[in-house]
Amino acid sequence: MLGDYAAVGVLLAIVLTIPIGGYVVTWLLRPKRAYPLKQQTYECGLETTGDTWVQFKVQYYIFALIFVVFDIETVFIYPWAVAYKQTGLFALVEMMIFILILVMGLAYAWRKGALEWV
Amino acid sequence: MDIIYDPFRVIGDALRGLLGGFGLPDWAVQLIMIVIGVSVLVVFAMLTMMFLTWLERKLIARIQDRVGPNRVGPLGLLQPVADMVKLFTKEFIIPTNADKVIYYLAPIIFVIPAFMVFAVMPFDRHAIISDLNIGWLYIVAIGSTSTIALLMAGWSSNNKYALLGGMRAVAQFVSYEIPQVLSVVGILLLVGSLRMGAIVEAQNTIWFVLLQPVAFVIFLLSTISEINRTPFDLPEAESEIIAGYHTEYGAIGFALFSLAEFINMFAASALAATIFFGGWQGPILPGWLWFLIKSYAMVFVMIWLRGTLPRLRVDQLMNFAWKVLVPLSLVNLTLAGVGVSVMNYYGWQLSSLPGVLFAFGTFLVFNVIMVLLFLALYRTPKVERRNVVLVKQASKSRPQTPAAASGR
Repeated sequence: MLGDYAAVGVLLAIVLTIPIGGYVVTWLLRPKRAYPLKQQTYECGLETTGDTWVQFKVQYYIFALIFVVFDIETVFIYPWAVAYKQTGLFALVEMMIFILILVMGLAYAWRKGALEWV
Repeated sequence: MDIIYDPFRVIGDALRGLLGGFGLPDWAVQLIMIVIGVSVLVVFAMLTMMFLTWLERKLIARIQDRVGPNRVGPLGLLQPVADMVKLFTKEFIIPTNADKVIYYLAPIIFVIPAFMVFAVMPFDRHAIISDLNIGWLYIVAIGSTSTIALLMAGWSSNNKYALLGGMRAVAQFVSYEIPQVLSVVGILLLVGSLRMGAIVEAQNTIWFVLLQPVAFVIFLLSTISEINRTPFDLPEAESEIIAGYHTEYGAIGFALFSLAEFINMFAASALAATIFFGGWQGPILPGWLWFLIKSYAMVFVMIWLRGTLPRLRVDQLMNFAWKVLVPLSLVNLTLAGVGVSVMNYYGWQLSSLPGVLFAFGTFLVFNVIMVLLFLALYRTPKVERRNVVLVKQASKSRPQTPAAASGR
């Protein structure tokens, strides 16, 4: 069991060397002639106006909220799916009720216009 | 023959014997085996990425009636090497106002999950780095990590286009993860396990794409969106926001982003091949060859889609996820549950021929019902009435010129 994850750990360690190695190699090879004009923000050849780090519309975060609801749902559905063959008809009915509640939630969000990207 | 049909086991056994011969303890042999396997995997992924950049440019060129890269090496095959040399020797420019730590970290964090996904990918019967019992869940969990990297890249660049790209990436990935995750539940019901090896083994009589075609379509669309490719590549739509989240990245930063994107593309193709097309299962040819054939067929489909379809608009993209794919995948999930119940009730097994036929018939009926329902509900896209009204008002409020009044 733990041995399975040891392989994942080794993979992570080896994969970490790729981007870091890339940075090191390019740091050795690249020219380093930076000056302020070159380091300007790439924005239509003009200097940027105003602050970039602005607040986003609240509509944007509603998507995140709905996502959280459905993601938690996944946490419940996956064990159900894996154990489905042992549990039989009872599990099916119960999951249908669960999904029905979710669909009602989705329909409510839809009706309220929470799914409109503006 | 074994060396062709099951090379990974033969080579693995030989290596294990060799290492055991040195008198190393068991855990050390195991560890060295893991390190060798992982290194081979990483090298394979890098070579795949280089080949894919060439393949994509060549195929897109063919679709657009061009020749594509053909100068460096035979058929332009060494073009990726030339690109790599160029990207490695370019100056890495960091904008003055950027958040430097996050700016450096973002490509690293984007590259890692791309490789990590391959840990549970069954390349062949005995060629899987680690057949975790939570395989598919692991892929979902690791795969969604890359979203953070895109937001980091977009935010830290201190560029408005990059920020828009990063924000779009998060919204899109978050939305399309739901149908992607829900579409696979039907498969999990049939298999009864999250292990990738078990998912492949369950398909030795019938591919799951035949039992769950609608789920496959949902999976394919949402996966293409998850890996950020045309027609869903809004986060880096060059006609709107330059290059999206990697606008400010040149040289090695850009190289790492495109490395991860191409590896993601191969991982997505391999996943579709594994979950829906039976992975390494197939007659006559060895397993690893079947895996590569199926994966590259999916790669071809993705490149073909890119060469054919125009990009969606961002509101269409979100609508498509929440108003089409999510309800459809919920219906699909429910019908799959009913179908598996029917199978259990009559005791049909996928391992026997009548069982397969009955199961196929049942799921075919369900899927046809689902498609008909879908077509009935979504047949005509809504006309955008607002625009029509605006045009009418504009023409009404226009002052009547003599030419218009006379009806010309």
